[in-house]
Amino acid sequence: MDALDWSGLIVLGLAAGMAGGLVGVGGGVLFVPALVVFADKSQLGAEATSLVAIVLVSLMGTWRQRGYGNVRLREGLIIGALSPVGVLVGVGLANSVPERALELSFAGVQLVFAWQLAKKAGLR
Amino acid sequence: MSRPTWRKPPARPVAHRSRVLRLACIATGAGAFSGLFGVGGGTIVVPLLVLWLGFGQKEATGTSLAAIILIGALAAATQALYGNVDLWLGLAIGVPGVLGVMAGAALQQRLSERAVATAFVVLLVASAAVLVF
Repeated sequence: MDALDWSGLIVLGLAAGMAGGLVGVGGGVLFVPALVVFADKSQLGAEATSLVAIVLVSLMGTWRQRGYGNVRLREGLIIGALSPVGVLVGVGLANSVPERALELSFAGVQLVFAWQLAKKAGLR
Repeated sequence: MSRPTWRKPPARPVAHRSRVLRLACIATGAGAFSGLFGVGGGTIVVPLLVLWLGFGQKEATGTSLAAIILIGALAAATQALYGNVDLWLGLAIGVPGVLGVMAGAALQQRLSERAVATAFVVLLVASAAVLVF
């Protein structure tokens, strides 16, 4: 990789971490495309590799947010511990439902969430 | 002009068992999303904690990150078994990510719950757009 690729990775890594700390995601939304574009990874390789970064970001993010009093550890750990059930559901879905249908339905779910949160926060 | 301000919803008396059931549903949704698209699942966890369990927006942020540690670690370990993980590249992007998350978490403390909710709504719409296109 040349200098441009490295700086692209670093800038997007910073931005993804920043987004993670601000709104509580791991940053995969930005890490994955960064790895595809700047490190020439396949989609699968990028998703797998981005998980390493996501773990680092969520560890540091949890530690900092705990210091600010924003972590309800019990609830977070319950969700994390029960997530493998969901992963199995996901793998089952991936093998039985067309990928495009999955992408569109999750996009729809996110838009509904966006609408509901905006309504709740009085943003409309 | 006075606009409605963000206020924390009154804590609803949700029975303990149904709370755990809801957490299990959130876990299943996040795990499915994570398994399908290779991300942590925060875009599913945060809204459900706020809308379903009455968490404040910032509380949902920190709690979601705690959940993602486990979700991400399990997924990363599984992918590593299949040899799909490029550890050094993951660190190359994860170390700037760690600096970013420190800055992002510090910035969040200077913002209102409403501003954090706005940022999250923008991220949700962007993430939905990425899935569609």
